[in-house]
Amino acid sequence: MSTAQNDIVLEVNNLRTYLFNRTSTVKAVDGISFFLRKGETLGIVGESGCGKTMTALSLLQLLPKPAGRIVGGEILLNGEDLLQKNEEEMRQVRGREISMILQDPQTSLNPVFNIGNQLMEALGVARKDNRKGLLARAVDALRNVNVAAPERRLDDFPHQMSGGMKQRVVGAISISCEPSVIIADEPTTALDVTIQLQYLRLLKDIQAKTGLAIIFITHDFGVVARMCDRVAVMYAGRIVEEGTCRNLFNSPSHPYTQALIASVPKLEERVDRLYSIEGQPPLLSNLPEGCRFEPRCPHARDRCLAEYPSSFTIESGHSADCWKLDASW
Amino acid sequence: MVTTDPLLRVENLKKHFPVNKGLILMKTVGYVQAVDGISFSIKQGETLGLVGESGCGKTTTSKLMLRLEHPTEGGVFLEGQDIYKFKGQDLRDYRTKVQAVFQDPWSSLSPRMRVRDIVAEALVVNQKVSSKERNERVSQAMNQVGLHPEQAHNYPHEFSGGQRQRIAVAAALASDPKLIILDEPVSALDVSIRAQVMNLLKDLQEQSNVSYLLIAHNLATVRYMAHQTAVMYLGQIVEFSDTEELYQQPLHPYTKALFSAALPSHPDLIHEEIVLTGEVPSPINPPTGCRFHPRCPFAMDRCSVEVPVEKEVSPGHRVSCHLY
Repeated sequence: MSTAQNDIVLEVNNLRTYLFNRTSTVKAVDGISFFLRKGETLGIVGESGCGKTMTALSLLQLLPKPAGRIVGGEILLNGEDLLQKNEEEMRQVRGREISMILQDPQTSLNPVFNIGNQLMEALGVARKDNRKGLLARAVDALRNVNVAAPERRLDDFPHQMSGGMKQRVVGAISISCEPSVIIADEPTTALDVTIQLQYLRLLKDIQAKTGLAIIFITHDFGVVARMCDRVAVMYAGRIVEEGTCRNLFNSPSHPYTQALIASVPKLEERVDRLYSIEGQPPLLSNLPEGCRFEPRCPHARDRCLAEYPSSFTIESGHSADCWKLDASW
Repeated sequence: MVTTDPLLRVENLKKHFPVNKGLILMKTVGYVQAVDGISFSIKQGETLGLVGESGCGKTTTSKLMLRLEHPTEGGVFLEGQDIYKFKGQDLRDYRTKVQAVFQDPWSSLSPRMRVRDIVAEALVVNQKVSSKERNERVSQAMNQVGLHPEQAHNYPHEFSGGQRQRIAVAAALASDPKLIILDEPVSALDVSIRAQVMNLLKDLQEQSNVSYLLIAHNLATVRYMAHQTAVMYLGQIVEFSDTEELYQQPLHPYTKALFSAALPSHPDLIHEEIVLTGEVPSPINPPTGCRFHPRCPFAMDRCSVEVPVEKEVSPGHRVSCHLY
């Protein structure tokens, strides 16, 4: 598809991000590749410690220093490799091209400035303006994220607002420079269910209006089902399965994806017994040679222990790293 | 109809916290009506799920039942006895009969105690036990939750999140309780570990016939675990029913909104969503009449004036709403 090719805003090839300790090397992201089209939502699903957040921080090159380093791969934003850019050029990318919404709005907002000032700071970076102009744009920005009576909320400090309201302000700041990609790292985990739904709908609305591409990092399959067009499942630093949202829910192909979906209780039906995945994910500093899910996998054979599986295509756009999909299994 | 006495009965329980103003001459300017007249009962060997958004009074309810707070009004009866009248040995017995497992196993286990001391603590503090009996109970509890009895010599930091939550469950089990209060027992755990802990809790219930009060905000978790479910809003129970009936036929507008806000388990199951406007009002000055009326899509004139009376619409299914 040649038209779809042109739509790709972000392409990540074989990205590897390691954290170096005195005694060990933590392979947080170990060779992942994915792409993102304009106006699309890509979900990155996985458990804590599987490298989801490190992937996001690598895209923005905001890794913990000095331990974290990108050791290989490329990150192409509209065709330009971000890894070739220096710090000054990256500053122009952050916020303007790729911006981020973090999990906890209480820690991403500054507690000693009112939200009007925080919004105006971001808006001033986007386009220089006098104070009056900035104020007007701040009111608009708040109105865009459905904050009621935005003129009055500008003087509020973060502690005076509820969690959902704060997360809206964070959203308003992150879209203030009209970026082409937003990374949302578990933005609704700290919110209540009814507020979570309000927020997810708001993100969808903004996406429909602006054609924003969203990377949605989550561990909640409900959020994936509700929000995402395509999904990448991460396990121990690798993407083990990738496909459209329907692919993944209708025919999960990697045993890890299957187990994850089966272990989540369902709202719509009564389940008598949940499938439970025994054991723990492997330590990222001491990864097995073969398939990383092998110790917990019910289907594992000798081959899985010896060799990391190559990627098998199930259908166009749906692939998984598992030897079970090999013809010779 | 066979009536079996419930294990625990809560009657018109209220807890109002005073709001004070002023530094020297403190004046009470109002009350946070954290829990405002709730009644329910839990049967032996069953699980009651308590759902609601943050600030609705779920945790205050659990504190009242653990006797960490005293109620403003109303009472809690364990096997027919008022728990707030317990003193001395009776109170210590109560503390062994009712145990709790909290959300975050990183902060609920003391980092300076060995696992065997954590597990045995409720037993040692409240009852006279020989050290031999104590060790037996600890190994038994460790076995029950699927940990090695030898691991009891270790400290909590040597365990993973799922294992820590197992330790917390073992600590609750060691004193052979009748009721365990589970306050968000799996929400701090990883997705793949949650199923392990939920299955463990269900197995333990089958083996030892213990009752659970499950406090959770994840509706799917409650459907999986609970026999009965109570929905709380601003300190009151708005709907109470058998879990299956409630999930198939929610009646109260708030319950409907809560269920429709829960996310689907499959992209084909995205349903019509009732989006509530606004946020939960302050429990200091709750709305008059029905507390849900400012956000309710079906609100009528009388909802803002008249407090709805609880009605039993079908056996065991109670709802407080003017629509019924």
